[in-house]
Amino acid sequence: MNAAQSPSIAGQARPAGAVSAHQTPDPAKPARVPLLDVRDLHLQFQTRTGVARVLDGVSLHVDRGETLGIVGESGSGKSVLFLALLGILEANARVTAGSASFGGFDLLGSSEAERSSVRGRELAMVFQNPRAALNPIRRVGHQIEDVLLRHTATPRHALQARAIDALRRVQIADPEARYHAYPFELSGGQCQRVMIAMALACEPALLIADEPTTGLDVTTQAAIMALIARIARESGMATILVTHDLGLAGAHCDRIAVMHAGHLVETAPAAELFARPRHPYTARLLASTPYGARSIESLVSVPGQLPDLTRTDLSPCRFSERCDRVLPACAGALVTRDMGEGHHVACHNPC
Amino acid sequence: MRRENLLTVVAASLFALFVLLALFGPWLVPYDPLSTSAGASLSPPDAAHWFGTDALGRDILSRVIVATRLDFGIAVAAVAVSFVIGATLGCLAGFHGGWHDRIISRLADTIMAFPLFVLAMGVVAAMGNTVANIVIATALINLPFYIRVARAEVNVRREAGYVEAARLSGASDARILVTHLFPNILPPMMVQISLNMGWAILNAAGLSFIGLGVRPPAAEWGIMVADGAQLIVSGEWWVAFFPGLALMLAVFSFNLLGDGLRDLIDPRRRT
Amino acid sequence: MNAQRLLAARAGVAFVLRRLAAALPNLLGVVIVTFLLTRALPGDPAAYFAGPAASREAIEEVRHALGLDRGLATQFGLYLRDLAQGDLGNSISTGRPVATELVERLPASLELTLVALVLATLIAVPLGVLAATRPGSMVDHLCRVIATAGVSLPTFFTGLLLAYVFYFLLGWAPPPTGRLDPAFSPPQAVTGFYLIDALLDADAELLAAVAGQIALPAITLALFVIAPISRMTRASMLGVLSSDFVRTARAVGLSRARVLYVYALRNALLPVVTTLGMVFSFLLGSSILVEKVFAWPGVGSYALEALVASDYAPVQGFVLVLAALYVLLNLVIDLAYGVVDPRARFEA
Repeated sequence: MNAAQSPSIAGQARPAGAVSAHQTPDPAKPARVPLLDVRDLHLQFQTRTGVARVLDGVSLHVDRGETLGIVGESGSGKSVLFLALLGILEANARVTAGSASFGGFDLLGSSEAERSSVRGRELAMVFQNPRAALNPIRRVGHQIEDVLLRHTATPRHALQARAIDALRRVQIADPEARYHAYPFELSGGQCQRVMIAMALACEPALLIADEPTTGLDVTTQAAIMALIARIARESGMATILVTHDLGLAGAHCDRIAVMHAGHLVETAPAAELFARPRHPYTARLLASTPYGARSIESLVSVPGQLPDLTRTDLSPCRFSERCDRVLPACAGALVTRDMGEGHHVACHNPC
Repeated sequence: MRRENLLTVVAASLFALFVLLALFGPWLVPYDPLSTSAGASLSPPDAAHWFGTDALGRDILSRVIVATRLDFGIAVAAVAVSFVIGATLGCLAGFHGGWHDRIISRLADTIMAFPLFVLAMGVVAAMGNTVANIVIATALINLPFYIRVARAEVNVRREAGYVEAARLSGASDARILVTHLFPNILPPMMVQISLNMGWAILNAAGLSFIGLGVRPPAAEWGIMVADGAQLIVSGEWWVAFFPGLALMLAVFSFNLLGDGLRDLIDPRRRT
Repeated sequence: MNAQRLLAARAGVAFVLRRLAAALPNLLGVVIVTFLLTRALPGDPAAYFAGPAASREAIEEVRHALGLDRGLATQFGLYLRDLAQGDLGNSISTGRPVATELVERLPASLELTLVALVLATLIAVPLGVLAATRPGSMVDHLCRVIATAGVSLPTFFTGLLLAYVFYFLLGWAPPPTGRLDPAFSPPQAVTGFYLIDALLDADAELLAAVAGQIALPAITLALFVIAPISRMTRASMLGVLSSDFVRTARAVGLSRARVLYVYALRNALLPVVTTLGMVFSFLLGSSILVEKVFAWPGVGSYALEALVASDYAPVQGFVLVLAALYVLLNLVIDLAYGVVDPRARFEA
């Protein structure tokens, strides 16, 4: 598990030291094998009122250097999906089926020790509400050093310089001074830059940005998104942008996946999705979303609420109760259709 | 969940037993708690004297039972006094704010600036060594808790819709306080009472253990433990053990019930 | 960077001054209350202080000397003047100044209280952490039962039980009579704390004797405060473990130990530090009872001896000194909090 034994090679996912080398993808032919490959993931929460089937057969993939948007209402399972992939969900959550391979590394089947050596090194995540997401009583520089200490062989005397470099990379003004700052001394935007600096300190192959700009003012939002895009472009890092903001996803992502109540209902290249939405849910979202503007939360055009996922009588298509295109066939098993052009939709009666 | 229910049932049964003993103790005891018998002094627990006898040959079981009323009486009286005064002052402070609030909060802070048992001891020492003063001292050190709860609860409610409505319909401040605010602060105050009752008994017994308040030969748990304290090192454990055990069980049942009540009324405060 | 350091230093100084200013009203309140308590003596204080055999003239003389014939404000002024000079009156039973006697006995009480606090913290914090990391487990239930049972224990009773079991039955502990077996002579007084002084004397035998003597009373006191500390640790740790920054720490792959101790525990201990004030209130109060049980020669048993002899000046001095000590301890806790939580230093 010692980071010193597995020196970092930027842009390439490596399993933890305990995993044998043959699982590592051959860097000579990176194509074909997606960086992240999630298949048929099922996840349950044990709640006081029963078992909530929060993820129900989710499959998705991300290629190297690609930017994927995951869009959905709050409660659709989009954040849970990635917390599960990182293995940092609470004890009452349980993955019941499915697989997830990250550059050949088995994310769901590996031990906690193996997974924790991949987290933050190859697979990084930034969260919303950055001020609360940083340790309030630890200097931000030291928090970055914690990551470096964990995953790299940086000698102690070089830690501070590397932490300051990481801060400089996310364009924080006066990084030498900010190194000594506590989170409460920084603005929300600065805190998010620190979070990004922590996440990127080890040059991960994939960054999961979970609502990275929620709660920040508009100009800061744009600056943070531009920063993530620039670093991703420069280092060939793949990015997953988890958001409830269709416009934001459309502006920054190559492909977009739409989630609803634990199902991935539609996946398509961004332009294709906006031009030809095939799932009634996506279509309804887009119908009232002027391109690049409003977020799902402010929409009134999709009637009804997300169904209660603890219900045992849920229809196979969890959108059917809100849908105006329901057919008798919708009561049958849900299948995902390939519409060509990388466009997939889970619907019996696509638009 | 079930384990906690079981604990609560045990606590409630114990509590009921103590209440019965407090009410009917004097008629239940096998011996006169005050009658001495030189021949039977310091006899260990046996069939005749289940809890043994003390240095004066008095039956310890009878004394433990009879003491329940005095110990509970002191605690109930003290908590009642703190409740009434604390609720009144806390309501005034929370409702009027301003200088009312400053003076009353300062009073609570000043009491809390003392180690509370030390203050109680100082008060009894200064005012005189009587049971009434034990009640006053115990009430005094409980007071800040009631003031703070009442103040906070009234403070968050004084702008509530139903208060505004009452005010618009011409109700006086006193009327609003008594009929609209006081009923609403009762549940948290009840929780405070149940949490404080055990502590009040402990304090009162502690004071009599150090020789304040209750005078011999009256039966009281604290003083009985004090009687047996010197005998422990020579092996006569029962003189101090049984009154101490009674005291401990009484406080334990209060605390368990208090926890249960708190969980019931205000689950968020559960720790 | 220098500017930032300067700013931080200035904030630190302002913080200390602010805390000092906040402690002053409490100190004043304590002095006023103890002053009022001295005026509430049963009967006529002048007659009391003059002694049982005093003539009417002698009583009047004492009344005048104590300033009892003047207005309350003047009396309070005199009281403050005496306090400023460290004059707490004389003990009738020993005839010596109360202040001197209290100072002599304070180290014994402080040593007992601090050893108990350290002991309780060493047990309660790990217990609380264990309970919080395994909610619903046996440890958690145990923690809950210990917490409720602990606050239900009358310290004077547990002290006696421990003495009976460990001294009378098992013979593991020395007799519950004071700080040191008479066979030993006390260590050279440097700190007044026997444990430390015996260490400084490098006398292993003496150290063992001292430790054996303090063990039971310290455990008795500790048992009483394990409950509030472990309860608070558990609650606060539960909150911190579900916080965003712990999720971040786990998301960057920090080891479980680092997440738990560097990230979660340090934050979880902040509210625990603030409850130490209440813990000290319990400790100082219960130490009186424990001192009586174990014949511990501290200020508590001094006050009790005086109380039995109806010698009131030592009791009043004791109340004042303990209250002042408590205000001071709270100040120290506040300052310590400022050291561990940078946010507190910058609060307006």
